[in-house]
Amino acid sequence: MTKRTSKEADVSGSNVDSDDMDFETRGQWSMVLHRFIHNGQAMTGLVTFFLLLIVSGVYTALHPNQYSALSTAFNQGPSAAHIFGTNSIGIDMLAQILKGVLQDVQVAVLVAAMSVVIGTLVGAVAGYYGGKIDNVMMRLVDLVLVIPVLVVLILLAHIVAQKANNWFYLAIIIGSLSWTYIARLVRAEFLSLRERDFVEASRALGANDWRIISRHMIPNAIGPIIVNATITIAGAIVLEATLSYLGLGIQPPAVSLGLLIEQGQNSATTEYWLFVYPAAFLLALIVSVFFIGDGLRAALDPRKVRVRS
Amino acid sequence: MTSYIIRRLFIGVGVLLISSVLVFVLVAESGDPLALLRMNPLTPQATIHARAVQLHLYDPLWQRYWIWFSHVLRGDFGLNNSNIAVGHQLKLHFFVTMRMVILSTVLAIVLAISVGVIAALRHDTIVDRTTSVVNFVFLSVPVFVVGLVLKTFVAVPIDQHFHRVVLATAGEQNPLATGDFFQRFPDYLSHSLLPTMTLVLATYSSWAIYQRSTVLDVMDSDYVRLARAKGISPRRVLLRHILRNALIPVTTIIALDFAGLMGGAVITETVYGWNGLGRFFLDGVNAQDTNVVLAYLLLTATIVITFNLVADLLYGFLDPRIRYGKS
Repeated sequence: MTKRTSKEADVSGSNVDSDDMDFETRGQWSMVLHRFIHNGQAMTGLVTFFLLLIVSGVYTALHPNQYSALSTAFNQGPSAAHIFGTNSIGIDMLAQILKGVLQDVQVAVLVAAMSVVIGTLVGAVAGYYGGKIDNVMMRLVDLVLVIPVLVVLILLAHIVAQKANNWFYLAIIIGSLSWTYIARLVRAEFLSLRERDFVEASRALGANDWRIISRHMIPNAIGPIIVNATITIAGAIVLEATLSYLGLGIQPPAVSLGLLIEQGQNSATTEYWLFVYPAAFLLALIVSVFFIGDGLRAALDPRKVRVRS
Repeated sequence: MTSYIIRRLFIGVGVLLISSVLVFVLVAESGDPLALLRMNPLTPQATIHARAVQLHLYDPLWQRYWIWFSHVLRGDFGLNNSNIAVGHQLKLHFFVTMRMVILSTVLAIVLAISVGVIAALRHDTIVDRTTSVVNFVFLSVPVFVVGLVLKTFVAVPIDQHFHRVVLATAGEQNPLATGDFFQRFPDYLSHSLLPTMTLVLATYSSWAIYQRSTVLDVMDSDYVRLARAKGISPRRVLLRHILRNALIPVTTIIALDFAGLMGGAVITETVYGWNGLGRFFLDGVNAQDTNVVLAYLLLTATIVITFNLVADLLYGFLDPRIRYGKS
């Protein structure tokens, strides 16, 4: 990381007008911020994501019960009173969609937090200690590669589907399967980091394992962790929506975008607003998170181009 | 080489065993396969008892696992909750799913490689930027949304326009169709087109993005620069130097994604009402049918493990710098 920063300082130096040579030196994070802000795609993602979040949050706070409030306006198309129409029992679609956005983000953020904590810990321990611990942990991670994640999720989700307020359980089970990618990544980073001089130096100074891991190695691996936390959020939204579509995710009367799409799919040709709007919001949400992730990746490590599949 | 393959096979069998134990415990402990019977107040107690005995529900868990395991070793996947042989059903559903999965994999590989290579050769042009955004959209959009959109906004308008079913939206074939394969071919095509397209669109994007970056890496390498400096024609540089090297790494990614593809097939089958492995599995989960779920899992995991092994061997074959078994 230190090596890279010095290279970046050179790059920023060459951009400076040759007349006055007092070039501004930038720290690593300032460089990252600079690159991110000047990435149109990433900023589009960021603005879209927060706009979605703020609009949903404010609207839902102002009309807390509208997403489940019945009315006699059945199956109304978009109008001034109901911008996105109403469904077959007269519930306003806009309120449901915005509530669904909040629900999806809630699940996804919990999943990402879980994945980061578990993945970093497992990856750090496996990569730092190596040997037998590493072997056992990585075989555990390999298990997830063999069985389609969705299949295990369907099995687990079927168990928690009947529980009240099941978004929390849903997030836990998605999170319990989503951490493996971060673990693999942190392990790979740690395998190279532990050979570096500054780790050797801090050990010589008498730092214990925990201090080396938490103060020296994790901060040096934080870039890829942040990028993949973002991508985990996008992945979790997809998984939650898919489970809800299969009837195993969020259960009514709670709403999520996947559930709304499932409810609207059969009338998609006649009452298009029941299907098109939730799908459009879901797509906007996922694409914006992916754009943020891709922008972060480009900003943190301009060299690498690999995108997680 | 042989010892490498043998070692990999052993690891594969071990992984299969462990995952089967985990899933067995999960399914067996998660619910009651006789719930439907119990719900009906007219079911005699003796019937419930007899079914429980038949399904070994009174036996300890490890014993039930052993009963299942020893039967599978003899090629017998047991009966499902309705007393139909699981092995036979598995075979029927397997061929239905494979019709979609194999075709989509091949098409997705072709599409991904073409899009990736073209985007890399035209990098930083409008072509590159457009395909990049399109790739991202397909990377993001969930499989079921792709399927539903194709079904609603492609199939339905076309069918309405021609006043007959051109693109079928439900089922994997017309159950009334008769005749040999060639007579039924148009029917197969009509039913397969959209599901295959759905799976292709949901799969190709991450491979295309990866392919683009590999080609860019290779184009930036010393040997390509040397080849250009020697005055080799651009066409020959592209075919002999760039493509030959850039097509290798993507094989690994495709193999690793195969598990995801099987998951995508479950969703696609649900959207289009196919009676494939996905439907078989989902029905099994809903009925708490241990034998069905385990049979599906075992089959899928075996396919994925085989695929990964073949990809690794292919990788070594395509790239002579990689040698297995010597370390």
